[in-house]
Amino acid sequence: MPVPPAKAAPPPPSRGKPGTPHSSWEELVTSALLGTDRRALPPALHTPGREAPVALLDEAAVQTVRRRAGLRPAPAVAPPEPALPDPRPPLPPAARRRLATLLTDHPGTGSGGRRGAAPDLMELLPQWLALANARGYGAPPELLPALLDAARGRTDLRPQALTFAGPRALWLARLNPHWKFALRATPGSGVALPSADDTPEVQRLWEEGLFAERVALLTTLRAHDPGAARRLLTTTWQTERAEDRLMFLDSLRTGLSAADEPFLEQALTDRSRNVRSTAAELLSALPESALAGRMASRAASCVAVDHVSNTPTLTVEAPHECDVAMERDGVAPKPPAGRGERSWWLGQLVEAAPLATWSTRLGHRTPAEIVALPVADDWRAELHAAWCRAAVRQRDATWSRALLGAPAAPDAAGPGAVSLAERAKLLAALPAAERADWVAGFIASHGLSESFQLLGVCAVPWTEPLGRAVVDALNIARDAGSYPWSFSGVMGLAERCLDPAEAIRLEALTAIPDEPEDASPGAGSYWSEAFQRLVTTLRLRAAIRDELPPPAPGA
Amino acid sequence: MTQQGVRWTADQVLALAPDVPSRKAGSKLGVAGPWSEAGSSDEGTVWGLCKGSGSKPYQTVVDIADRAGPAYKCSCPSRKFPCKHALGLLLIWAGGDGTVPDGEPPAWAEEWLASRRERAEGKRSPAARPAAPADAEAARGRAEKRAERITAGAMELEQRLSDLLRAGTASAEQSGYGLWEETAARMVDAQAPGLAARVRELGAIPSSGPGWPVRLLEECALVHLLDQGWLHRDQLPHDLAATVRSRVGLPAQPQDPPLRDRWLVLAQYDTADSKLTTRRIWLYGTHSGRTALLLSYGAAGRAPALALPVGLALDAQLTGYAGTRQLRADLGEQFAAPAPTAERPPGVRTDEATALYGEALRDDPWLESWPVTLAEVIPAQTESGWQLADPDGALALPVAASAPAQGLWRLIALSGGAPLTVFGECGHRGFTPLAAWPQGAGETVPLC
Repeated sequence: MPVPPAKAAPPPPSRGKPGTPHSSWEELVTSALLGTDRRALPPALHTPGREAPVALLDEAAVQTVRRRAGLRPAPAVAPPEPALPDPRPPLPPAARRRLATLLTDHPGTGSGGRRGAAPDLMELLPQWLALANARGYGAPPELLPALLDAARGRTDLRPQALTFAGPRALWLARLNPHWKFALRATPGSGVALPSADDTPEVQRLWEEGLFAERVALLTTLRAHDPGAARRLLTTTWQTERAEDRLMFLDSLRTGLSAADEPFLEQALTDRSRNVRSTAAELLSALPESALAGRMASRAASCVAVDHVSNTPTLTVEAPHECDVAMERDGVAPKPPAGRGERSWWLGQLVEAAPLATWSTRLGHRTPAEIVALPVADDWRAELHAAWCRAAVRQRDATWSRALLGAPAAPDAAGPGAVSLAERAKLLAALPAAERADWVAGFIASHGLSESFQLLGVCAVPWTEPLGRAVVDALNIARDAGSYPWSFSGVMGLAERCLDPAEAIRLEALTAIPDEPEDASPGAGSYWSEAFQRLVTTLRLRAAIRDELPPPAPGA
Repeated sequence: MTQQGVRWTADQVLALAPDVPSRKAGSKLGVAGPWSEAGSSDEGTVWGLCKGSGSKPYQTVVDIADRAGPAYKCSCPSRKFPCKHALGLLLIWAGGDGTVPDGEPPAWAEEWLASRRERAEGKRSPAARPAAPADAEAARGRAEKRAERITAGAMELEQRLSDLLRAGTASAEQSGYGLWEETAARMVDAQAPGLAARVRELGAIPSSGPGWPVRLLEECALVHLLDQGWLHRDQLPHDLAATVRSRVGLPAQPQDPPLRDRWLVLAQYDTADSKLTTRRIWLYGTHSGRTALLLSYGAAGRAPALALPVGLALDAQLTGYAGTRQLRADLGEQFAAPAPTAERPPGVRTDEATALYGEALRDDPWLESWPVTLAEVIPAQTESGWQLADPDGALALPVAASAPAQGLWRLIALSGGAPLTVFGECGHRGFTPLAAWPQGAGETVPLC
């Protein structure tokens, strides 16, 4: 324990009796180690009539107790710098207890397999954190280790968890290597970043800092003053390693503007192919850029309206070669295995061309009209897929809507021109309410089996029409006699995303129904269990919401 | 007392859980969903029906005002005690959201409560206690026989130690575990479980890393001291003789006059080996200033019966065991259900803490540690681990390497570099933090 008394304090004087055997502890340990047969005891321990081992044990007992009784505290080291104060109001007690409960739930430690009727608490943690952050509460210090451990295991949780954890979590992360991720995830938290206005200090850190520090510096500066960040990057650009150039270039996504174009144009001639293609991608996201213009004219020359046939039809003439200029603009010349070169090049051109190109080029039609046009020679899938990627990249709601089509359309369930994954991405460009209505319409016509990805992009809590569509579809699936675990993905989403107010309507579904003759055996009670868990989870979410009211002003 | 006054926090309820899976399962049932007909009474009873996977809901009752700690009854087949239903029920009761309204217990709950009360009355009335002198005679005979066996065991152990030191403890590194296991088994036969446990530990020391020769000599010396204490117990002062008897492993009986106090529940933690779970509960009497230790045991896989929620205070009688430094006590009558409190134990400085341990060793040289509350210490990181430093920054106690990391980090997080009050066990291996209170107001934060 503390420090051996021999160092911290002089050994206590031997007690009173003159001639008391007295030998050092080290001597005793050596004698014990070698054995009294091999090594004679110090003369002081010789007692007539007592065997050497016993005399040794007697003395060792005295010294052991004396050593322990004489223990003193150790000299203190310098204490850590105190953590920065957290000005946010503390959690209400009920919310603090709820958080503690949510954090004791570790995935994978439970009964495994079937999930039973109890809610999955860990799944509610992200919502809890989002709400606590929205309300502006600060984290209770004693729960920070559990919170950091949870965030360590789940990267998706980190941004919310670290925001909630606040300054003391960063203080802790500097003390425990397990939580280093917190310093990485919070730019600038690991080092004291100079103020963005402190030019000499910024320049010094840029030139001498570690890679992570430099990324943090560039990211911070970019958010503060995009031009200054770009100018800083220019100062050393030529000497950076290729992987570093790629990371630095990526930081320009924040605050990307026409002012970045000359720099990006220059990066199109970079030695590294990854840097070149990232630069091209960034430029194509700037519709006014020269690159976007070049791509537009290349793409436009490939697609035309054929007025000769009875109905106007789109004809496609894919590029015959990938010339040096195209390659310089980021077009990858080599297609992946199994794809034709020409369609590969076409896809890249259309994807990078500003969508506004098409209305002018194709007879001033609206996006919906363009998408509705028949396409000659099986080019439809290729062309529509490229437009989808362009609509996602350029976040174009009108084009997204046009490409999605009507939710009830027969080919909306795929495998039509547009895959479910692409539909999900297109949905993200629509306003939340429209998105929810589209998915509700989709579920009403096509059922749940294809809906998982689409539900994932809908805002939480689900709107009333969307929630009703999901519950109705689950009810239909139950009546059809299948097992609930065929729908466990949607069930899990519903637990997290349904409006808690739906709990009342769902109550009736928790009863165990009479089993129809053709139903799967036992399915009824499993469905009851699944609905029970759904209701319980919704109640829990309502409780969580009630426990996190907006903080009292001035609290 | 009203219900509102004694309502627990969820942490306190979860502290009752016998293990982590129960805590988790209980947490999930701590919401209104599966419960119906739940209610609670002013007398400290909580009941409810919990929907399980079967068609018939489980009937769950908890009597939190029982004088021997909370009592549970549930119609579920779980062997955990308390079961997840009892925990879940207490959690929604603790939540206080109106799901558990005040009321009269339903018939099925009342039945159980009435039978418990009847039994409790029976226990308390002296007539129920049989006093048979013939039995006492036989018991004395058994005790003498046992003492003889222990004496034989102690002498054999002395011989073993002498042989070891004659040959040198270096040889212990090769001879390994088996030899000590065999001796430990002899001590079990000699009905001296205390000696047996110490001998078993001796066997583990040679493989315990750097510094083992010192530790082995220390522990050999203390076993020797205990053997000698037993062999000369009639020459020892009464209290020291009692300490020796209990260290050897003879069952002790509580015998001090009962002490009624307001006891703060400072800590509760379990240690388990393959056969037995031992639960330690540390209490601090706010009037007497006494620290007391309640021990409770559970066979393998079963949680010990006694559970008290950390951070609450209970008005109760404790009966101490014989021995001057004996901290162990039994929980007697409870006069009210445990209730939240803002009281904290007073703290000492680090040098006072080691002095307290040193003084305690005078009466019980076999003590591994002594319970102390440190006032205003700051956790600080050294090259070899953590320490708790006095606020003036001069002296510090190292945190024991065996202290659970989870609790230690909770302590560090709670501190944030500022001083706080920490209760724990201070011994020759370092300080093991068990509970802490932040600066200013704030509830007890359990660290174990």
